[in-house]
Formats: sequence, structure tokens, C-alpha cells
Amino acid sequence: MHRIYLLLLLMFISGQSAALQADSDTQSNSQLSDLLNQLPKTKLRKMAPLIEKISETKQPQTRAILQFMLDGELYYLRANKQVVHAQSTENNLYELTDVLSQESLTPVKKSRLSKVKTNNRLRSTLRNILAKIDLTDDDKQIRLRAVQQLLSSPSKQSAATITELIDDETDQDVRALMATTLALQQLKSGSSDEKLIALEQLSGSLEPTVKNEIVGLLENLPKKDLTAEQQILRSQLTNALDEIDNRASFYSAIETVFFGLSLGSVLLLAAIGLAITFGVMGVINMAHGEMIMLGAYTTYVIQIAFPSMIEYSLLIAVPAAFLVSGFVGILIERGVIRFLKGRPLETLLATFGISLVLQQLVRTIFSPLNRQVISPEWMSGSWQINPIFSLTYNRLYIILFSIFVFVSLLMILKKTSLGLHVRAVSQNRDMARALSIKSDWVDAITFGLGSGIAGVAGVVLSQLTNVGPNLGQAYIIDSFLVVVFGGVGNLWGTLVAAMSLGLTNKFLEPLTGSVLANIIVLVGLVLFIQKRPKGLFPQKGRSAD
Amino acid sequence: MNTSINQEINRNNQQQSLFRSRDPLHLTIGLLFITTILVTIGNLIFAESSAFHVSDYTVSLLGKYLCYALLALAVDLVWGYCGILSLGHGAFFTLGGYAMGMYLMRQIGDRGVYGNPDLPDFMVFLNWTELPWFWAGSDSVIWMICMVFLGPGLLAFIFGSLAFRSRVSGVYLSIMTQAMTYALMLAFFRNEMGFGGNNGLTDFKEIFGFSLQSPSTKLGLFIATAIALALAYCACHFIVKSKMGRVVTAIRDSESRVRFVGYKPEHYKVWIFVVSAMLAGLAGALYVPQVGIINPGEFSPLNSIEMVIWVAVGGRNSLYGAIIGAIIVSYAKTRFTAIMPEAWLFALGGLFVLVTLLLPKGIAGLLPSIKQKFAKTADSVEAKS
Repeated sequence: MHRIYLLLLLMFISGQSAALQADSDTQSNSQLSDLLNQLPKTKLRKMAPLIEKISETKQPQTRAILQFMLDGELYYLRANKQVVHAQSTENNLYELTDVLSQESLTPVKKSRLSKVKTNNRLRSTLRNILAKIDLTDDDKQIRLRAVQQLLSSPSKQSAATITELIDDETDQDVRALMATTLALQQLKSGSSDEKLIALEQLSGSLEPTVKNEIVGLLENLPKKDLTAEQQILRSQLTNALDEIDNRASFYSAIETVFFGLSLGSVLLLAAIGLAITFGVMGVINMAHGEMIMLGAYTTYVIQIAFPSMIEYSLLIAVPAAFLVSGFVGILIERGVIRFLKGRPLETLLATFGISLVLQQLVRTIFSPLNRQVISPEWMSGSWQINPIFSLTYNRLYIILFSIFVFVSLLMILKKTSLGLHVRAVSQNRDMARALSIKSDWVDAITFGLGSGIAGVAGVVLSQLTNVGPNLGQAYIIDSFLVVVFGGVGNLWGTLVAAMSLGLTNKFLEPLTGSVLANIIVLVGLVLFIQKRPKGLFPQKGRSAD
Repeated sequence: MNTSINQEINRNNQQQSLFRSRDPLHLTIGLLFITTILVTIGNLIFAESSAFHVSDYTVSLLGKYLCYALLALAVDLVWGYCGILSLGHGAFFTLGGYAMGMYLMRQIGDRGVYGNPDLPDFMVFLNWTELPWFWAGSDSVIWMICMVFLGPGLLAFIFGSLAFRSRVSGVYLSIMTQAMTYALMLAFFRNEMGFGGNNGLTDFKEIFGFSLQSPSTKLGLFIATAIALALAYCACHFIVKSKMGRVVTAIRDSESRVRFVGYKPEHYKVWIFVVSAMLAGLAGALYVPQVGIINPGEFSPLNSIEMVIWVAVGGRNSLYGAIIGAIIVSYAKTRFTAIMPEAWLFALGGLFVLVTLLLPKGIAGLLPSIKQKFAKTADSVEAKS
């Protein structure tokens, strides 16, 4: 019973306080409108205190009003002195919005409007007030952005604002950035001792502004006849710059590794299906690239068919592409390849013919032009780790996804009975048949699996490049090289080969340009094959011929 | 029992000698000779209104087909007789073409767009001031002829000796050759290579002082191609029939046995590969003045694959089959691309599948079986009588 009373009491109090809150809200709202009404009348000299007062009302509209004022978009109507936000449209009219109620008003001509006046000094005050509003915002991202803005255009005023707020800041990142800003200000205008302290704090900071400032200071030092103080400063500056450059090159190396890995995982996805059909079955499938293309087109079709579900289209496309490409793969195996068993060169030619037919089919159905596949929201954007280093989400997801595919394929081959049969057939077909494994059926399923994974690779590729009839051709040679390089019939070899090819390519690219890097990798591979014709990890034992 | 075997052998010998009188060598050369004469007469003597007139366009087209036939011969030599499926013969063909193109480029002299007497147009365009070292000597005919054979030959020698020594064979080799032509394509697309980049070499004016536009030059080129094809055919024929050729065929059938007997298969393979590459280079050199352009697109792997299908359709393991296949498929391509361009790739792809599935020996493989049928019916008629 007591509890219920207590609850009721609590509810009553909270209701009361909400009402109070609402009351004070309307109060300050009317206060804001009063202050706004003063705007047209106030002289420039007395504007600053008025702005301060406006900012202190802390209404949801306040920030926008001040921003409009800064941007010179705040006007008042000459007739009734109503303060409005105005934006010019094409036909010499101005579109008006009431700043308080946010209602749009009928557009008027310029002659009926007057601008709320500002000057440079006022604008800098405005900027400062805006920064303060942002810096005390609840959202961490807004605070961060505000500090970044201050960092890129440091001034004494902003330093004062930050000093005022830094102690109340709870978030680590924002605080660190604030400290950097303060140190930069010190470096700019402090005494030489302060400069040295600031330098110590700043060394290793990756903000581009910091680096620019240090470079600027170094250049401004006189070339000759340095005082002892200046000499110390110079050596400190050089040290700090070295430190910054070191860290920058470290991160750019990591970035290259990241790009290499992402290229490698694309190669892995494209090649791993081939590693199964070529490596396990010994069937060379020149139409593998077209299986990739089919997967990419499946993504396109799904996005066309369900335009309202772009966000989930990739999740649907992955199994769909697997099924489509896998089905086509099984058709090819049943229709052509099984008649060409033991004749690898003929298989190569026949599957090449199929690839031509599939390409032309896609050209006829979807037109020869490239098709645009939309990236869902969650694939775009990037993960900003520090000012000069960020990882794009799509590449990150691709790396993760390819690892997932790789692991699941490995599991299928190692842990399931299907995998057992596949391995048995690939090692000794006759013996496997003698043990009542249907080798024909295993062949068809294996081929379907390999083709299906190519289709999945197509979904991934549709996020990176244009989807066109020649999509597959671009990857077929690379995929074959990956498989041959890694060693036929060895999934781990394929993984290592794909990643090392991706990394080599990306590390060569800045030195030689992308085309030459491609050529160098190709030539390098041809030479490697001379040395180790069976690839990095050759099959051992009797099953290897 | 013995006598029946002897009879069998006798009959085989008879058949062989019978066949010899209708030797494919003489037949092919004869046919080629007659066609050339007919085309020449049709082009020169009959008026344009006459039904027997052969237009200049047709002459060029036939010249192109003969180039393809020469190229198919080269592919057949390595694939049909040595079992090396090269998917990179387009590279040798194109290199030969570039050697000729460089010479033709220098023959333009100051008649180019920029009127520079020393530098080809594209170099002026790229602001180069002097010829790169590898263009030295490209204005001499003898150098050009050397390069037509040396360029492809050298590439084939390096690639072949590397690949065959480490016993890369079968499908691996095919993919390596494809990668080779792909790499060359990427390289030649770059302007810095000094071969005209994207656009390649074009705008040729004259060859050996004859204008490339005039009908008589076109006819001359056609006749030259026919002669080259005839000579190449003879050469291939004798290579195949020679002892070396026998070893090469043996390598195709069982490489390890040949090795155990004491031969070095890699030497023979390199040798046949280089000869074939040189023939392909010659085909390219004859091709370029007739079509008037050479660009990196010729390196594309698809082109090389098309060459293989010529041989597959015509019938590998028979030299005249390669020629028949090249001409039939190229003619079909011309017709198809004129009537319905979309259908050509369907047809080509279907051809690949059908030929490999149903006609593994190609058109040339059909002929003996037809002949055998005739022989059988003849035999049964004899037996009845």
C-alpha cells in the first residue's frame, strides 16, 4: 500500500516538475522573441551584448538564428520588423521562413527586406558563441566537430573558450583534441618557453594543422645567426616534425596493407571457387569469370525487383547469387564438361565457348552498357581512426566476408560428408567409386559449389566496380594465377597466394603505377612458376601426379 | 593368317600410294595457286559490271583471310603436332605486326599531321624530341624483315625455354601463354612504351614506295600473302615429315617415353614453338599493311582464343585443316558481324562447344572417314562381283 502512495507521490512530483519545465520554456521562448524584436533597432556597437543574451536563452532555435546571422541570411521585413530567414530564389524573390515558428511565409522582393547588420568583429563573436554552443552539446560527434573547426582556425578567443570548457569535458577524445588546440595556440603565440612545452605536447600529433604550423614556424626562423633560444626551438621543431612524419608514414604503410588485403580478399573470393573446380576436380573452367558476372547481375536484378529494400538487397543477393551461379554451373557440368573428362584442353575450349555465350546473353538481356549497383547505407562511409587514417567500411566488410566464406568452405570440405566425398573423389576416383560414392553426383555438386561461390564473389565485386558483361573477364586470368601460384588443390595455398598478390600489387602501385604493377606481378608469377611449377604448396603423395 | 596380314599391309601401302597421288601438299598448293590466279584475273581483266569481277574490297578481305590461314598454320604446328595449346599466339602475330607497322610509320616521313620528318606523329604529340633506341633502324627494309622474325622468335625462345625446361605443360602452359599476351596488351596500352599507346600505329601511306591506297598494291599484297602461305605450308609439311617432326609428334603422344628413349623434349618443343611464333609474326607483318592499323587490342586474349578455334574447327593434326578452318570461321565472322552483330559471339561460343563435343578432329577429321566409307562400299562391290 505504502508503495503505491509513494509511486503516486512520485508521479505527482514529476508531473509537476515537467509542467514547471514547460512553463520556463515558454517564458524563455517569449524572452527570445523579445530579444529578436530588438535586433532591427539595435546599433552595431550594442549588438554584442544582445547576441550574448540571445545565446543565453538556450532555445532549440537559438543556434540556427545565430548561424543565419553569421552567414548573412538573417533579415527583417521592413513593414513589421519581423525577423526572418531569407534565401534568394531564381526569379529575384526571397523565400522567407519565420525564425521562431519555422513557418514559411510568402516570398517577397529584396526591396521589402533589410539585412540584420553584422561586422567582422561581430562575426568573430558569433563564431565563438556558436562554437561554445556546439562544445556544450550533448552529442559527442558535434563536440568533436566543433573542436576540429576551432583547431583549423585557431584564435585567442577560441583558446579562451576551450580553457573555460576543458575541465568540464568528460569524453577522452574531445578532451585530447581540445588539449591539442590549446597547445597549438601556445605554439603560435606563446613565449618561447611555452612554445617548447607546447611542442612536447604536440609531437606526434597527426592533425594536418599542427604539421602546417610547425613547418611554417621552421620556415620563419632566420637562416643564420640563431640565438641559443632559437636553436633549441629549431631542433625541437625538427624533432617534432620527424616524429609526425614517422607516424604518418607508419599509418600510410598500414593503409597500404589494408588496401592490399582488401584486393587480396577480392582475389580470394574470385579464385576460391576456381580452386575447388580446378584444384579438386581438375576441371579447368574458363567460364568461371562469367559465374562471377552472373552473381553481380543477380544483385542488380534484386535491387531492381525490390527497390524499397536496398538496405537488405546484399543480404538477399548473397544466397540468390549462390543459387543462380551454382545452378548454371551444374547445368554446364551436366551438359558439357562430363563428356570431356580427361581431356583438359578440350574442356578449356568448350568452357571458353560457354563464357562467350553467357557474355553475349547478358549483353542481349541487359544491354552492353555498365549497370549501376547501389551501395546500401551501411556499406558506405569510413571508420576514422585518426585524422590521416581511416578504413572504408565496404573494404572492411569485404575482408571480413571473404574470411567468412573461406572458413565456411574449409569447414564444408573438412567436416561434412559431402566434403569427405569430394576429397575422396579428387584423390582417387576409382577407389571412391568402389566404396559406393557416386562420383558423377559429387562432380556436379562440387562444380555447383565452386560456381556458386563465384556468384557470391560477384555480389562483392558489384560493390567495388561497375557491373558489365566484361566483369568476369577482368578477373579470370588473375584468379587462375592465384590458384596456380598457391598450388592446385590447396585452399590455404589459395588464401596465401591471393593475399600476397594483393599486397604486392598495392605496394608496387605507388612506385610504378597500377598498370606496370600489374605487369610486374604477372611476369613475376610466370618466373615463379618456372621455379616451382606446382605452386607455393604443392600436393604431396601419390595423388599428386 | 600370315597371308591375310600381308594382304592387309599391301592394301594399306596401295592406299597410301593412291593417297600420295592426291597428296594434300600438292592439292593445297595447287588450289591456292589457282585461287590466286583467278582472283587476279577477276580483279584486273573483268570489268566492274561483270559477274566475274572481284572487287578491291574482296581482294583485301581475301588477303586478310590468307593471313589468318598462315596464323592458323602456326597454331596448328604447335597444338596439332606438339600438343602445346598456346593461348598467346596473338602476341607473336601482333609483335610481327608492330615490326611492320614501325617500318610503315617511318615511311610516312614528313607527310604526317605534324609534318615532322624524323618522328612519327604520336611521338610529336607526346613532346618527344628524338626516337627511342628501339626504333633505331626501323626505316630499313632489311631490319624490318629481321624484326618480323626476330621479335616473336626471341619472345617465344625466352618464354619457351623457361616454360619447357621447368616442364610446365598442359593447361598450366595455356594459362601462362594467355597471361603473357595479357601482360603485353597492358604494356602496349601505355603511351610510355613508345608504340603509340591506345591508338597503335596507323595512317600508313606507302610500302616499299607503293601507295597503300592503290588497288594494284592491294592485289600485290594479296599475291604476296598467298605466296607466303604456300611457302609456309611447304615448310610446315617438311618439318612435320622430317625426323625432327616425328620426334615432336612423339612428344605430343607421350612426352615421358620420348624422354626415356634419350631425347630432350624441351629442345624440340622450344624449337617448334619458335618456328611457329616466327610464322605468326610473318602473318602479322602481312596483315598490317592490308588493314592499315595495328593496335594493342590485337593482343587481347580473345583474339588468341579465336585462332585456336580456327584450328579446332578445321581439324588439328592436319595442316590443310587449319587453313580451311581459318577461312571458314573468318568468313562466317564477316557475314555474321555484317548481318547480326549480336549473334556472332553466340555462334562462336556455340562453335567451341559443338566442335569439342561432336567434332574433336574437325572438318579435316571428317574427310578420311568419308573416304573410308567410299572405300568400304567399293570393297563390298568388289567382293560381290
